Amino acid sequence: MGATDPDESVNTWSVRSIVATMFPILIALSILEMGSGYVLEELEATYLANPTLLVLVPVMIGMGGNLGAILSSRLSTRLHLGLLEFDPRDEVLWTNVLAILGLAATIFTALGIVAWLVGQFIAEPMALVDLMVISVVSGMVLAGLAIVLSVLATYVSYKQGLDPDDTTIPVVTNVCDILGVIVLSGVAIVVLN
Amino acid sequence: MAARQDAWRIYRESLPILVVSLAGGVFAGSVLGSEGMTAGFERFPGLLLLLPAFLATRGNVYGALGARISSGLHQGMIDPEFSWDRRLVNAVAASFINGIGISVFIAVLSWGLLQVLSRESARLIELVGIMLVSGVLTSFTLIFGMLALVFASYEYGLDPDNLIGPIVTTLGDIFGVVFLFVAITVVGVIF
Repeated sequence: MGATDPDESVNTWSVRSIVATMFPILIALSILEMGSGYVLEELEATYLANPTLLVLVPVMIGMGGNLGAILSSRLSTRLHLGLLEFDPRDEVLWTNVLAILGLAATIFTALGIVAWLVGQFIAEPMALVDLMVISVVSGMVLAGLAIVLSVLATYVSYKQGLDPDDTTIPVVTNVCDILGVIVLSGVAIVVLN
Repeated sequence: MAARQDAWRIYRESLPILVVSLAGGVFAGSVLGSEGMTAGFERFPGLLLLLPAFLATRGNVYGALGARISSGLHQGMIDPEFSWDRRLVNAVAASFINGIGISVFIAVLSWGLLQVLSRESARLIELVGIMLVSGVLTSFTLIFGMLALVFASYEYGLDPDNLIGPIVTTLGDIFGVVFLFVAITVVGVIF
């Protein structure tokens, strides 16, 4: 997008060029998202019998990506500044990972409680313990996946000479979007049966 | 112990925006779990299949618009106001095409997948109708809402780059699901 030449910049701002760049990506993502849609459809009976579980779905779809985006952009910036090394003993790396895990623990604990409260009003209430276990376990698994993906994607794009800002964040957020529902459904099935 | 203090600082800085996103997500989830919506899921088989794709593509379409507008502002290529500027009009038109086009594509894809798997499915016209109505409504709201917020934050001296991601996810969750509910109701009445 960093076009400075006037002709080129007008060109990249044409409707045709924007649609031609974006639409194939959107189609590919939609096809991948059908994987998590398939899991939802497959477990339709479970979700419709426990509508409170549906309260968790949008957060599960979005939050892994949010955590991954925060971590990726921090790692990319520190990489550009030469403050980060891909070494298992690197302190900056562990500091960031620790912060992400703390954020995830806070958010998914809050999610369990709030979803339980919402469930009291909208539908068949679920046991608070069940909801908390489902929310926190799937949330922490998702956070772990987001961390691994962010570190890997930042590392690969760095090694390949790609700018992590353009590559890491879209990859991490979209993969986390897809994994969110799958992880949630897997944990929910184990807890409810 | 410097590392622990740093981790605590990152935690404090990031928490507020995640809480906003959590609130938006829970609101959207409450609409999804509501009686009208679950009845819609039962009446139109295939909606659950397309739901993740519908919710996730919002971020990509409107996030890309936001990122483009933000770069354009930084580079002085567009002005922070609603106008018939060619670049702005092009970017908006392309987002409409992408947003509405992908919604219809998702409907056709889900329907096709259910046919291939020989599963129970709503009629193609019902799924396309629902995605078209919700796609048009979310496009209008998110495109103009996004532009207003990006322009306003730029005018106030905030860097839109730090705000676009969370704004898009939160608005996308809230309006995506609300307009899906509206679309299910409208299509339910027509068919």
